[in-house]
Amino acid sequence: MAKVLVVTSGKGGVGKTTSTAALGAALAQSGQNVVVVDFDVGLRNLDLVMGAERRVVFDLINVVQGDARLSQALIRDKRCETLSILPASQTRDKDALTSEGVARVMDELREKFDWVICDSPAGIERGAQLAMYHADMAVIVTNPEVSSVRDSDRIIGLLDSKTQKAEQGEKVEKHLLLTRYDPARAARKEMLSVEDVLEILSIPLLGIVPESEDVLKSSNVGAPVTLAAPTSLPARAYFEAARRLSGEKLEVSVPVEKRGFFDWLFKRDA
Amino acid sequence: MPDPVSATSSNTPMRIRARGRSFLALVLSPEAPLPLWLEGLDYQIARSGGLFTGKPVILDLGLLSETTPGLATLLDDIRRRGVRIIGIEGGSRHWPAVAHWDWPETLDGGRPAGEVEIPEDPAASAAGPVSGGGTLIIEQTVRSGQSIQHMQGDVIILGSVSSGAEIVAAGSIHVYGTLRGRAIAGVGGQSQSRIFASRMLAELLALDGYYAVTEDIDPTILGQAAQATLDEDRVRVLPLTP
Repeated sequence: MAKVLVVTSGKGGVGKTTSTAALGAALAQSGQNVVVVDFDVGLRNLDLVMGAERRVVFDLINVVQGDARLSQALIRDKRCETLSILPASQTRDKDALTSEGVARVMDELREKFDWVICDSPAGIERGAQLAMYHADMAVIVTNPEVSSVRDSDRIIGLLDSKTQKAEQGEKVEKHLLLTRYDPARAARKEMLSVEDVLEILSIPLLGIVPESEDVLKSSNVGAPVTLAAPTSLPARAYFEAARRLSGEKLEVSVPVEKRGFFDWLFKRDA
Repeated sequence: MPDPVSATSSNTPMRIRARGRSFLALVLSPEAPLPLWLEGLDYQIARSGGLFTGKPVILDLGLLSETTPGLATLLDDIRRRGVRIIGIEGGSRHWPAVAHWDWPETLDGGRPAGEVEIPEDPAASAAGPVSGGGTLIIEQTVRSGQSIQHMQGDVIILGSVSSGAEIVAAGSIHVYGTLRGRAIAGVGGQSQSRIFASRMLAELLALDGYYAVTEDIDPTILGQAAQATLDEDRVRVLPLTP
């Protein structure tokens, strides 16, 4: 039974696309068939983060409008064969997406894959609502700052009212992914603590991804961090998050670098 | 010699400013038998409290005849229910039963505007709240951007009210979680309404039109269990001590 997962946040720049790619690659490495779908029509990025930008021929809009078949637009990842991407169009805007067309594409994707992961555009308008409409589950990407938390709260309200599940009287399963978390700054009370965010949003915690250069480096070489640097702290957080999405019960911990005594000595000297 | 200023003002009268404003008047058309129709009206008023308050209503006698039983007391019967009749049409002042009525001046220029849907329960939101009598109970958290409006009585929220969310109630507001958004109580002029919260961090508290923002709340009370009451024309936020 395929699961449709939307990665959303309301606010821009919090790490939706990075998280979509990293979670998609993590789930695919466990042997499941995964497609990541870029819904950010007009501002597509997912193809860059996945390193597929030179292979885009057809895109989501072409398939929605019936100009191309789904199989023509899907791009298979070169590093992980169970991972595919359905890119967005950069030249069109979100008005080109029709709700019937999106419904048809989602039905087709459900048949082909175990996981359909939709990368939502920022905002709460049509594009974001179309991306979430068919979702069974949602990952709400939030930074530990008040503006991001409030926008996530707004998105949770929309997930509870503007999705197909909500219209049928069911609930979209919601998970909080806290990204760009800096334990040192949190300790100095320069950002909201995990407890603060959880208290405000009151949805289960899927994972805490630390602020890290590894994420930036991976994006720049066009690879999800879970493929490019699988042993890094953020990648470990995404791998654990993916296992929780698959139903495993794992304790969520605040990620900290474990350093040996000698590492510590050398770091201090440097 | 006359004062030039007063001469001008007496020649050209002062300009009166006027603007247009239109109100939608509801047209009520009673049907025989009148006692049953009045019962129906009572039921409708009970279901949708605010429907007739402050709205102009025109009484259409077109479905009744000169001899309909109960016609003589109809106008008083309707007015007693708080409905404001601004015009009567469809009948005739010459009918003996209505000759003693206090007929409002006839209004000109009305245009029919189609059937008005009488809301069954205007406060019922998509969230599926439980309504018992005049009280609205919301089981979950009210999220940023959502607005709950209840013009009949109290609102009870079992979850929290997020920053950027809004609760509007004719009566009091009770929040069992944290109140971070706006709470506007006593909207219909009920100055004895209060706002209660297990954790008071409200952006705005309003009671019968008087309001306080977070800055106005004593910082030692912020984050504690508290209630807001109206004292003369000031919103007071006090700790909730059992």
